[in-house]
This record gives sequence, C-alpha cells and structure tokens, in this order.
Amino acid sequence: MKIVVCVKHVPDATAARTFNADNTVDRVRAVGVLSELDEYAVEEALKIRDGDDSPDSSVVVMTMGPADARAAILKGLQMGADSGVHIVDDAIHGADSVGTSLVLAKAAERQAADIVLCGMASTDGSMSVVPAMLAERLGVPQVTFASEVTVDGDTVRIRRDGDAATEVIEATPPLVLSVTDQCNEPRYPSFKGIMAAKKKPIEELSLADIGVAETDVGLDAAWSRVEAYAERPPRSSGTIVRDEDGTGADRLVEFLAAQKFI
Amino acid sequence: MSEVLVLVDHVDGAVRKTTSELLTIARRLGEPSAVFIGSEIDAARDSLKRYGAERIYVLDSTDLKDFLVAPKAEALAQLVQRQQPAAVLIASNAEGKEIAGRLAIKTSSGLITDAVDVQPRDGRLTTIQSVFAGAYTVTATVTKGTPIVTVKPNAVTPELADGAAEEQAVDVEISHTAKTARIVERSPREPTGRPELNEAAIVVSGGRGTGGDFASVEAFADALGGAVGASRAAVDAGWYPHAYQIGQTGKTVSPQLYVAAGISGAIQHRAGMQTSKTIVAINKDAESPIFELVDFGVVGDLHSVLTSAAEQALARKA
Repeated sequence: MKIVVCVKHVPDATAARTFNADNTVDRVRAVGVLSELDEYAVEEALKIRDGDDSPDSSVVVMTMGPADARAAILKGLQMGADSGVHIVDDAIHGADSVGTSLVLAKAAERQAADIVLCGMASTDGSMSVVPAMLAERLGVPQVTFASEVTVDGDTVRIRRDGDAATEVIEATPPLVLSVTDQCNEPRYPSFKGIMAAKKKPIEELSLADIGVAETDVGLDAAWSRVEAYAERPPRSSGTIVRDEDGTGADRLVEFLAAQKFI
Repeated sequence: MSEVLVLVDHVDGAVRKTTSELLTIARRLGEPSAVFIGSEIDAARDSLKRYGAERIYVLDSTDLKDFLVAPKAEALAQLVQRQQPAAVLIASNAEGKEIAGRLAIKTSSGLITDAVDVQPRDGRLTTIQSVFAGAYTVTATVTKGTPIVTVKPNAVTPELADGAAEEQAVDVEISHTAKTARIVERSPREPTGRPELNEAAIVVSGGRGTGGDFASVEAFADALGGAVGASRAAVDAGWYPHAYQIGQTGKTVSPQLYVAAGISGAIQHRAGMQTSKTIVAINKDAESPIFELVDFGVVGDLHSVLTSAAEQALARKA
C-alpha cells in the first residue's frame, strides 16, 4: 500500500494564537507544530505500512503551507515516514477549506496513493471537512472518524463511534481515511529516527507544478471570508470558596438556587 | 421570501433539538423548508411543523441509509440545484459537517462550520463562530454560491411557529461512486435516561479527580436533570465512554450550566466548554486553571461536595 498522510503545521494551541491584519490566522509569529491530531494519522499510516508485506509499501507525508510548514513534514519523517511533499506557494495564503482540499487533491493525485490518510481535525481551524472534501474531489470512498482501522487484504474496515450509533464501515482502496485520537498511541521519534529523517527526501512543489491555477486558491479566491475577529472578553472572576469547614456544598446549592438552576 | 433548506437531524424519526434551532434560525433568513432523509417521516412531521417548516422534502431510499455520508450529500445537492435556496443549514456534528463539505464542492458554494449564531445583515447571511478554544469570536460570510452553514447546538432558543409543512416526496438518483463506503454493521447507543450531551441545559463532567468513581457526578447530574460528561483524562483511563468526552476531540457543549468536577481545565478541555453560560468547578487543587473560568468554585473533595449538594438539591425540589 502506498499511503499519503496529509498533515498541517499549526500554531501551538498551548501558546497565544492570533490573527493577521487580513483576518487570516497568524502563522508567522506563532510557534508552529505538527497539529497534534495529525500524529495519530502518521502513526496509523506507519502501522498499515509495517503490517503490509508488499515491497512498494510506503508512507509519504504531505503538507501545504509557508516555508516553516516543512517542520511538520520533518516530524512525520522522524516518526518513520519515508518521504515528504511540501506544496509551498505565496498564492496559497488565506486558502479556505475549499481551496485547501483542491490543492491537496491535486497533489495527492500525482502520488497515485492507495490511501490518503488525515487526522480528525486540525487544531487551529478544526472544521473536520477536508477529508470528506478530498474524497469528493478524488471520487473515491470516504471512511472517516475511525476509532479503529483494520486492513484485511483489499478491504479497509473502520469503526466509527458516531453520535447515535457505532458503525462498522468498509471500502476498497483507493480511498480517503481519517482517524481519531482513539485510534492509536503515536510514537515519539527515536534518536535513530531523528538522524534518519535528515536524509529522507522532501519534494517541494508550487501550484504550477501540481496544475492548480493561482486564481483558484488563496484569500481572494476563498468562497467564505472572515470579516472581523474579536478577543473574547475575559470571564469576570467568580466566587471561590474553600470547603475546609464543610459548607462548600451548602454554598454551591445557594449559588445554584440563586441562579434558578435548582 | 426565499427558501432556506434545513437538513433534519434525527434518530429513527425522533427529531433532535438542533433541528428546531435550525428552523428557528431559518425563519430569520427566509422561509424554512425541512429536508427529511429516511423512512420515518410520520414520527417527525409534527415536530417540524411546530417549529415552522413551511415545506418538508422527504427523501426515502435505502441508498441513503446503507452508505456513509456521500449519498446524502448527493441527494441534497440535487435538491439545491432544483430549488436554488438562499442558504442550507445543517447541524454541526461529524456527519453534518461532512455532508456540508461535500455539498460545498458539489454546488461550488462557500462553507462555514460550527456557527454559534447566524443573522441576516445587509441582505447577506453573516455567521458568528467561537475559535481558538473560545479565545476569539469571528464574524464571517460566504462569498460564493449558496451559503452552506453548519450550526452548533444551543445557538438559539427554539421558537414555536406553526408551519404549513406541505409535504413533497423527492426522488433522487444516487451514483455508484457515492455508494462505495458501505455500512456493514450498526449498533445504536444504549439510552442512558439522561438528556443528550449536546442538547442538555446542564452538564456535569468528571475528570481525573474523580479517581474513576463517577457515582457522585452522576448523582448530582440526576438531581439537576443534567447530562454527564467526562474529560479526556477520565476517558483515556477507561473510567467513562468516549461518547461522553468533552473537549477538542470530543463534544463541544454550550449549556446554561457547566459543572467541572475534578477537571484541571487544560486548553483541550476548555475548547469543549468555554462558551457555557455559567461555569462551576469543584477541585481539590486551588491552583487549577479551571478556577480562572468559573462563576463559582469550590476548593474541596468533589465526592463529598457533590453528594451533599445532590441531596440538598433533591430536598429543595421535593
């Protein structure tokens, strides 16, 4: 199986995040990391590759984004992926999910992958729609939000823990697969892995290289637009009581009654 | 008035509260039409009418049932092409967002997910979203095609309005390509007797601090008529099922009252509850970051506080 993992380089969620003057997410001043939820996608790709005997089995880590986004690919290579693809082009700046899915679909097509693997959401935009959009654009089955993945010969089977039911879904590659954080426990890169990653190839591609017109992506081409953003006012500090004297429950009940919750 | 399509979110015909909320929003924007996919319209009709559906399109086919999202998106796209609505509103859950994503590509339309409010402004649909774990609010609009918006639960209070509910069966053709991800097994979730997490007005959640014992969390939730949630730490420890996880990789809730018991309040958890109206926390550690968010906090043992508070709450009700 050839697996392409789509990953995103995002502002670290535990640090301060903000916007640019054009209302896009600030990706320059922010501390960037491989989106935490994409680590599960890389791990699952490695597991599928290692459980597959065919000699052409490989994992390609793919991202789109500014120069710094290369770090997200590098992390994937350190974990054990074989090679990287970085679509980097100034015209991509400000792309929405529609533009993002176009770029990733065009780049994935060139790879002729059996499985295009994604995380369940990015930790910045957190829309969770790009995998479905990729399947739509590529015209292949979508098996998404997998809590468990089994590859059985030519069948990919997943468990999807939905809102109302748990479903088992099957499809045959080529397909798009997305995995949740319930799926596995991502490995930490070993020292050997970190050293080996330095020698692994990362191919850099422009929009022209993948056959996407500059006018079809980026901020001006986006089909949705952020008009304004505002920092949420800090919550006014509340009342904190200590339960040392055992009156904590009484005061909690009084508070809830005053607020008409009881 | 222009037509606004609302995709009905239902379980075997039982219409979820989010659909009443979407119909209420749709009435601000135009004339609401419900799109019902499934064979149980008889169970759903009254609820849709009561919240103002002027029309109900009924799409009933096994092709729409036995496969993952793609056929539903295809059917909806055919209806959008035919009706040319002013907007399409869909509930912001995993399936809803995926249908919306595919619909956006199929109809060359802009997509906004996870709106917490939708308003008409200068003749255009404008959305409010809460982003970066609730640290910012963002105003956005769709600039191309038919605005497709997924809306989070509890965005509005559903308002009753008698709709004409004029019913129309719609035949759709589903392509072979859309039927390639087969659902081979389906086990519905066991009912808990408590309100659904997404819809509940009150949510009581337990975390690492419970030590694995959720009895007092459940007792307090039941005393207030609330739903029970869990932090990722509690779920990862195997103390509570993943379906009840609140946070970035679980559910996002926005209830009137959120009670965090034994939860420290990491950014990933905040992402799932920060927009709650009133926040209460009980935690042994006075330095827990959760106390920065609360309207009322108790530093103490969550089991004794919640057990006693549950008894008092029940006594007051009696």
